[in-house]
Amino acid sequence: MSGAPTREVARRVFATEFNDAQYTFKESDEERAPVYALLPTGERANRVFVVGTLTETEDVGSDSEYWQGRVVDPSGTFFMYAGQYQPEAASFLREAEPPVYVAVAGKPRTFETDDGEINVSLRPESVTAVDADTRDRWVVETATRTLERIQAVESDEATQNEYVSMAREHYADEEGTLTLDQYRRAALGALEELDEEEAEAEAQPSA
Amino acid sequence: MADLRQHAEDIHAQFADTLDVSVEEIEERLETLVDEYKVPAEEARRSIVSSYLDEAGMDRDELGGGGGGGNELVQAADIDRDEQWVDLRVKLVDLWEPRSDAISQVGLLGDESGTIKFVSFQTSDLPKLEEGTSYSLGNVVTDEYEGRYSVKLNRTTSIQELDEDVEVGDDSTEVEGALIDVQRGSGLIKRCPEEDCTRVLQNGRCSEHGEVDGEFDLRIKAVLDDGESVHEVIFDQEATEELTGVELEEAKGMAMDALDTSVVADEMKAEILGLYYRVRGPTFGRYVLADEFERLGPVDAGDALIKARSM
Repeated sequence: MSGAPTREVARRVFATEFNDAQYTFKESDEERAPVYALLPTGERANRVFVVGTLTETEDVGSDSEYWQGRVVDPSGTFFMYAGQYQPEAASFLREAEPPVYVAVAGKPRTFETDDGEINVSLRPESVTAVDADTRDRWVVETATRTLERIQAVESDEATQNEYVSMAREHYADEEGTLTLDQYRRAALGALEELDEEEAEAEAQPSA
Repeated sequence: MADLRQHAEDIHAQFADTLDVSVEEIEERLETLVDEYKVPAEEARRSIVSSYLDEAGMDRDELGGGGGGGNELVQAADIDRDEQWVDLRVKLVDLWEPRSDAISQVGLLGDESGTIKFVSFQTSDLPKLEEGTSYSLGNVVTDEYEGRYSVKLNRTTSIQELDEDVEVGDDSTEVEGALIDVQRGSGLIKRCPEEDCTRVLQNGRCSEHGEVDGEFDLRIKAVLDDGESVHEVIFDQEATEELTGVELEEAKGMAMDALDTSVVADEMKAEILGLYYRVRGPTFGRYVLADEFERLGPVDAGDALIKARSM
């Protein structure tokens, strides 16, 4: 029973933090060992689950189809890419008519641009169209998870957490400070926005 | 080797009525197998029991756990090893349709701790149990299949109706999260039609019975992920139909039109992937069987905000 490798959990992370997760690593030398992106809030992510608005799709491939999709959340934009090895996701992007809410389960991938910058993108395992309730639930969940991670970094036990230490090592500034305030603001901002929308919806009973 | 002593005493109790062997003799034989031949204790016990069965001219079926109901009284949910002789105080919760003529009754027994499947065979010649009635069952033997435990009644099982009503506890678990993956073997599947075999066919073959004419069924094996932990969930035919809105006949039609059964799973994936669900049911091995489920609706951002501000 224990022979099967355990499935990697799908982390909940807003675009602003995801796009900062530029450091990737493996925990074993085996060829097929999972690759993790290091989240600045001190957690490793081999898989993420994202719900947002697909605003644009474009075939950016030269020889064969290679679809780019932009998925927007309250904090920023995720870029996902699907080619011949992700046929289902590629065909979804080919046929999608943005804007549409989508749910994406996928793997973080990084690539270095010509000017040496590291871009973080999403390689989808699945993409499906979903409704606004699902998007809202994801925003609340992701805000909560993000704030929990930040709280863990700031807790007394943080020094013993290897991913928190790793985040300090790779993402802290010259003075050694790991700044997470932008992620806290993004999370709170997303919740506030949603709360206001709900209040407005209640103030105007639907006809 | 206190463990071996215990095994020896158990075996001795099982054969006390039929054979003249001492606990020490049995222990010695166990020690030989375990210490000299490095046989695991359970296996050693099995092999010694077998040899005594031969000696006594008995069937394993006739073997008691120590003289009809002298076993440990266990709770249904605590059964986690096979081939243990146990006693139960249970209520018959549910009777199912036997899949084979050899089976007299099959169903679900329950006590305070939860429920467990039971089987009784025609050859055991036992009185039929009635649904909703509580019983004290002596000398039943535990069994395991793919991580799921059950008990078998047998010729030596004592059945005593109880005056009191055994309360049946709820051993089901509840999991929730985003449905982020639908695993292989989902959608329209074929099962082996052989008696008592429900294995899912791979390319028309049953791993036990080879090439067979399968029977269509619907099933979804899915992954619920809440960002912290992962739960595997199985929806049976009824639950799959409710979850996806695709019924078995319709699914067969879709597969027929496309000359491919995988279109069914694809259609179902488009309906359910990425949505949030709460699922309740018993656990079988690593899966939660979806007895009940609901799609999670709108969230209350206000509540979340209050919590978030206090963090």
